[in-house]
Formats: sequence, C-alpha cells, structure tokens
Amino acid sequence: MNVAVAKTDRVEAADETPFALARSRLPGSGAVADLRREAYDAFQRIGLPHRRIEDWKYTDLRALMREVLPLAAAPDAEALARAAAALKLHAIDGVRRLVLVDGVLAPSLSEFGDLEPKLSLRSLRDILAGGDAALQKELFGLDSNNPMIALNSAMMTDGVVIAVADGAKLTQPLHVVHIASGGAPAAVFTRSMLKLGNDSSATLVESYIAGEGAAAYQVHDSLVIAIGDRARLDHVRLVEDGREAFNITSSAIDVGSHAHFNTFGMATGALVSRYQAVINVAGEHSRVETNGVNLLNGKQHADTTLVMNHDVPHCASREVFRAVVDDRGHSVFQGRINVRQPAQHTDAKMMTRALLLSDDAEADNKPELEIFADDVTCGHGATTGALDESLLFYLRARGLPEKDAQSLLIQAFVGEAIESIADDSLRDLAIGAAARWLEARA
Amino acid sequence: MAAVQETVDRVRQIDVDQYRYGFETLIESDKAPKGLSEDIVRFISAKKNEPAWMLEWRLEAYRRWLTMTEPVWARVSYPKIDFQDLYYYSAPKPKKTIGSLDEIDPEILETYKKLGIPLREVEALEGVIRPEGERRIAVDAVFDSVSVATTFQAELKKAGVIFMPISEAIREHPELVKKYLGTVVPTTDNYYATLNSAVFSDGSFVYVPPGVRCPMELSTYFRINERNTGQFERTLIIADKGSYVSYLEGCTAPQRDENQLHAAVVELVTHDDAEIKYSTVQNWYPGNSEGKGGIYNFVTKRGDCRGNNSKISWTQVETGSAITWKYPSCILRGDNSRGEFYSIAISNGYQQVDSGTKMIHLGKNTTSRIISKGIAAGRSQNTYRGLVTAHRKATGARNFTACDSLLIGDQCGAHTVPYIEAKNSSALFEHEATTSKISEDVLFYCVQRGLSQEEAVGLVVNGFVKDVLQQLPMEFAVEAQKLISISLEGSVG
Repeated sequence: MNVAVAKTDRVEAADETPFALARSRLPGSGAVADLRREAYDAFQRIGLPHRRIEDWKYTDLRALMREVLPLAAAPDAEALARAAAALKLHAIDGVRRLVLVDGVLAPSLSEFGDLEPKLSLRSLRDILAGGDAALQKELFGLDSNNPMIALNSAMMTDGVVIAVADGAKLTQPLHVVHIASGGAPAAVFTRSMLKLGNDSSATLVESYIAGEGAAAYQVHDSLVIAIGDRARLDHVRLVEDGREAFNITSSAIDVGSHAHFNTFGMATGALVSRYQAVINVAGEHSRVETNGVNLLNGKQHADTTLVMNHDVPHCASREVFRAVVDDRGHSVFQGRINVRQPAQHTDAKMMTRALLLSDDAEADNKPELEIFADDVTCGHGATTGALDESLLFYLRARGLPEKDAQSLLIQAFVGEAIESIADDSLRDLAIGAAARWLEARA
Repeated sequence: MAAVQETVDRVRQIDVDQYRYGFETLIESDKAPKGLSEDIVRFISAKKNEPAWMLEWRLEAYRRWLTMTEPVWARVSYPKIDFQDLYYYSAPKPKKTIGSLDEIDPEILETYKKLGIPLREVEALEGVIRPEGERRIAVDAVFDSVSVATTFQAELKKAGVIFMPISEAIREHPELVKKYLGTVVPTTDNYYATLNSAVFSDGSFVYVPPGVRCPMELSTYFRINERNTGQFERTLIIADKGSYVSYLEGCTAPQRDENQLHAAVVELVTHDDAEIKYSTVQNWYPGNSEGKGGIYNFVTKRGDCRGNNSKISWTQVETGSAITWKYPSCILRGDNSRGEFYSIAISNGYQQVDSGTKMIHLGKNTTSRIISKGIAAGRSQNTYRGLVTAHRKATGARNFTACDSLLIGDQCGAHTVPYIEAKNSSALFEHEATTSKISEDVLFYCVQRGLSQEEAVGLVVNGFVKDVLQQLPMEFAVEAQKLISISLEGSVG
C-alpha cells in the first residue's frame, strides 16, 4: 500500500554510470543506440526500485543491491575453461546446449550444428549489430516502465534468438545455460527470444550457474516468448547461481489461441533473486500452467512476481507456488490475475503456500485478483505455516531421524509444484536440484 | 436474460427514489466560514469550549497535515478535492440551551423520525417488538458537526458507562480523553486521519469501566445535512478490563449533485479480557445513476487489543457512498487476543469501494478471522484490500481469511488485493478467495418457482452474505437485509 516517490538519491556523474562506461562495448548503433539511450533514461527516472514502489514492496533493490555493477568483461580463455568445468557439473543429457558465459554467447561450449529442420538460432549480438530493424524494435518492445527491464534493455549485450517455424515439433529440448565464470564482480545483461510458429512445439530449459570462485556478481536477464496458435511450449528455469549473486530476470510471454504453455521455475541459488513474468493469454481456448518453487536458507531472498493477463474468453490458467524458507531466508510471491471484460468463461486459479522452517524466516504472499468479467471462475488460496508436528511425529515414530522426516515432508510439499513438469528427465532434474538443497541443509 | 425491457423499466422507476434517505432538512445552521486555516481550527475548538491542550493537539495535527499529500494507492478515482471549498463546521442553530429532548429543534427530531431512529426514549421502548426480554438501544445522534441528542444517559450512568458526545467528554473527562485519544490512530497516521484530528467536530465517546457489561446496545447515527460541508467525526471507545460493549453506527445523507466528504476516525481500545463489538451500516448517499454526487467516505478505523485475552470484532455493511476507502483494523497486541472482521460491501451504479482490513499480530497466540463478501453490480468497482501480518514474536498466530466476490452484470469489476506476511514459523495463515457470478441454474430454479429475477437475485445474494449478516445485532440485520435488496434493485440484466 505504498506510492512511488521520485528518486532522491545522489545522482551519479553522467559519465560514470554503468551505461556510459559500457557504451562503447554495447552492440548496435544508430536506432539501436537511440533505443538504448531511451531505455536508460527510463531506468534513471526511477533508479533501482525500492519498497515505496508497490511492485517492489518486498524486494527493495536499493537496499539489497545498492548499485548496478559495471558490465562484465568478455570471457577470456581462462574464464571459458572455468565455465566449461561448471557446465560439466550441470550437464543434462539429450538437450541442445546454448551457453552464455558472462553474458556472451560461447560457441565453443554450445551446440549450433545439425539443427533440426525449421529451427533457427541466432545471437542477439548479431541482430543488434546489424539485423533487420523490425526484429530489433521487437526486441526492445518490453515494458520500460519497469526500471529493471529498462536497465536490461539499455545494457543487453547478448542472448539467444530462437525461431521455430510453423508445424515444427522439436524433439530435442533447448538448454540455455547462463554461467558466471567467476572473474571480478560484474554485471551481465542478456536477453533471449523464442518464437514458436503455429502448430509447433518445443521445450526450453534455462539454467543459471556459477563457475568456481564466482562471488557477488549480478545477472540481469530477460526473455521474450511468443507462442503461436495451437503451439505448445514447456519451459523450465532453474536458478542455481552462486550464494552471493543477484539474479533479476524479466519475461514477457504472449500465448496464441488453442495454445498450451507450461512453465516451471525453481530458485535454490543466488543471494537475491527476482523473477518477474507477464503472461498475456491473447488467443482463445488456451491454457497456461505456471508453477514455482523457492527453496531458501541463509540470508537468501527470492521473489516471484507473476502477472497473468486474460484478455480473451475461454482460457484457463493455473498457478501453483511453493516456498520453503529456512534460517533468515525471505520468500516473496506476488501473483496477479487480470481478467478483462471480454475474457468471459475464464477459469483462473492460483494457489500459493509457504513453509517456514525457522523463526527468522519470512514469507510474504500477495495473490491478487482483478476481475472485470462476470461469467468467470476465479479463485486464489494462500497458506503459511510450519511443518505439521503430527506428521513429523508419525514419521519419527517409524524410526526416521528428524532431519530425514523433515526432508520427506518438504519433498512432498514442493512435489506438488514439480509434478507439473511434463518431461520426465526435466522433472528428475528439478527433483535432483531440490534434493541437493535438502542434503545441503542436513 | 429474459424480460430485459421489463427490467429496464423497473430500474427506471426505482431509480427515482432508490435512495430513501435523500431528503433534506431545512433548518437554520451555524457555519464556520468556508475553507481551512489555523483560524478555522481555532474557531472549531472555541465553539466546543475546548481546553488549551486540545487546541494545541489540533493545531499540531493541522500543521502536520499541511506537509502531507493525499494517498493514491487505492483503486478509486475522483476529481481532486478542493479542501478550501468546504465548510468544516456546521451546527443546527440552537434556539436556546438544550435541557431535555423536548427542546431539540422539532425539524431535527422529524428528520431522525423519518430515518427511523428513535430519539425519544419512550419511542425507543415502543419500537421494534422484541421476541424475548427487552432490548434497548441508547442513541447518540450527530447532525452535521454536532451531537444533538444522546438518549438513556442516566441509565447508563448508573451502570458506570460513560456514553456522551466526544466534545462533552473532552470537557468532563479530560483525563480519559487525554490518555487514549490518538493512541490508536496517531495524528500523523494518514492524510485523512490527520485532517480529522485537526478539524473533528463531534462523535461519540464511550468508556466501559472494569467488569461492566454494558446494559444496552450503544448506537450513533450520523447525518450530513448541510450543503458543501465535510463531516469529520471522531469516535473513541474504551473497554476496560473484563468489560463488554456492543456499538452500532449508522449513516445517511441527503441526495445532492455535488460530492461531500466524510473523513472519520474511530479508535477502539480493549484492555485485559475486554471485548468490543463494533457494527456499521453505512448508507451514505451513493450518487445518482450517472454517478453524479454522493459521499466520499474516507475513514480510518482501528482497534487496539491492548490487553491479554481481549477481542475486537468489526462488522460492516457497506452499501452507500460514491467512494468508500475504509480499512477497519485490529492491532493484536495482547497475548491470546482476537480480531474479527466481517464485511459485506455492495456497490452498484458508479460506486467505488476499496475496503478491507488489517490484522496485525504482535502478541502470542493471537487469532484473527476475516470474512469479506463483495458484491459488484452496475458499473461499480469493488476491491477487497487486506493485510495479515505476524511479527517475529507473535508465536502461534492464526488467521483465516475468506473473501468472496460476486459479479452481477458485465460492466463491473471485483478485485482482491491481499497482503500476507509471515515473519514467524509458528504462524498459521489460511487465505482463500473466489470470484464468480450467480449460477444460472440457481436463478432458473428460483424463477421456475415463481420468483421474479430480482427476487431470485436478492435471495441468492442474501444467502451469499449470510455469514456476515449473522454477526450483526438483530435490529441492524433486518435493516441491512432491506438495504441489500434496495442496493441491488435494477442490477439484474
């Protein structure tokens, strides 16, 4: 319940901003440079968002992040070697790997060859440096009223631009891996795009990992997705960044008619992470499933902010969110379902549950409904609580040590969200990441 | 739906006198000059014969207000209010000093009679037929800026209960007022509460001494009559250890084209084992069918469960006002204290409602319950906005929230904005919200049995809000039920 106030912090000297310092290294000139300038101006009008801005009430970046670090240097051979080592630990079988090291696409670690038919992969850098103007404009189309999106637009250096043509059904999941190689503390700015044609289907996996020695780096990422009519996208994102890192990711997703979008996100890493997604259900008879898990301990802070826009009739959306918070962790879930007047017969549900394992843990939930259509079924539920004592007792009475009993109950708790992942091996991946977190805890 | 034309015609008919309390009482009144300044604050204070400390308190609030800006976070929109274009004080011109009820201006008595508020104690006794025993209500009637009558004072005094206009309490019980005023809603709290602190003119003061169960329901009836006036009342209720009081509040205003401002502050304090039950039936003029006129209802209501095992329960039926901005809250400070919020908010026409509650769990084993029913019809916007928070030391805090919205028609909006903050692992919060429309099957079933569409809607809606209506004292429940059917008339189709 707060209002925005003008930025009152000290104003950095114009030539010392991360933007000015990085300018010569940012791809694109002419129109692209102008769009960058505009975006940076939009960012500077507000600066790092703070708790007086309603959307950032629980994630005050001015207090948590304090400043935007300078743009990371392009990875050298050493950095690529460290990244390759990190990649080995997080490799997934059977996927096509596309790797970004310190915000730069690394062809040596990626698989660009032998593309399935109707699949095209390009780098954001190439498109910004000399691509077609329409696509460039589209890439800058994200809402720059959000300061962190504006910052990302201004500073983005690279990313993967994926196009799947009409009718193509990709058999191999695409795995975009963001690696912080572990050089000096710096910030990376990336933006990727996925366009799914009509009647197509694809699976996209995103991982955020760190090489050895990576400390307080910042990831500023964004993702633009357009899903065609009758298309299907399965999307999994796993944030396993270093324990001192920041990960601020925004996404904008447009869903066509009779389409199906299934997305799952899990944050176990990073000191401070925020995932903000805007999903526009723009075609009739479509279905969106959004699921998320935050597993936090230490002083971790993870924020998931989802906006689901229902603009057309006969669509359904489901949001299932689980947070497990230990130590001094802080989990935030903000979900808003907007049902506009034409969106009759919308069926939208949102369920968010938080489990607090310690007395210093905090969970904040803000599940909003905004409804302008009368013939709809919308609902949300939210619960917060500790592990059920009687269930713990039951398990312990059967000989399980306390930590194991807790782990079992936590697995079941987050399982409800993880189960939504359609692909077996990806589901196992998420279960594995959750298990790793639980092991580390014990 | 069938019979569209019929419905449209009916709406048109109803529209003319849909608001039954829209009449105006022509009496002479004593007004402060228009506008707001330190002089006006001094004028109000002088009119009330207030002691110097009270004036100082008001001036401090006024100076603070000058530095503040209007809140904009609520989902309501309205043209900017010109705070210099209002009368901040208006009192019915006294013919002479009032000694008894007989000496009140007969016009005012007539007004309250029309509103169905029994000011004469005899009438009160003869009022509604009670099924068993006898249940009486003591009424404090506030007309524009002043309290005109308080009934049953003598009998309440016998029980030790103080029930009087707050302006009198400031003079007669300064120690109590000084001790509690502004301790729940500080003068710096928010824009409208600060404005109220500077210019409040009257309201009710209740003090229930330790161990006393107030022998009758207490009630205040607010009436805005004068043109271009703002009503700023201030209510302060203190339930001392082990006491109980049930308090009812009702409000109406004449039908006018311009918008009028009502910015009240209500403060409740419960000590150990005490309980306050506060019920409101808010029926300010909502504006006409084009959204012209109506009251801006910007109210700060807050209860402080200061003592252990104390309880505060808010029940509200919101049917009136062009804009409602109101969040009756509970600060659950004492261990084992309990807060409750039951609300029915009905909006029709162009009404905008942004209402809800705050349950702030500070003490151990505190519990709270929120039941909110929002019904939006016509072109109205109905928002539930609520906060439930458990602080670090609030071990064992429990909350249950259910907020349901019903949409009638496709031009209205229903919104839910809950904030749920848990800073304690032993806190257990449950929240659920649904939005739906009245099922066609249910309507068909009713219509098939001979009910008209509107009657059927009324029946379903009454069922929908039953949980809350049950919390109201009987007299109010009857009135509220009628209000609900009036507010929704013409919304079918």
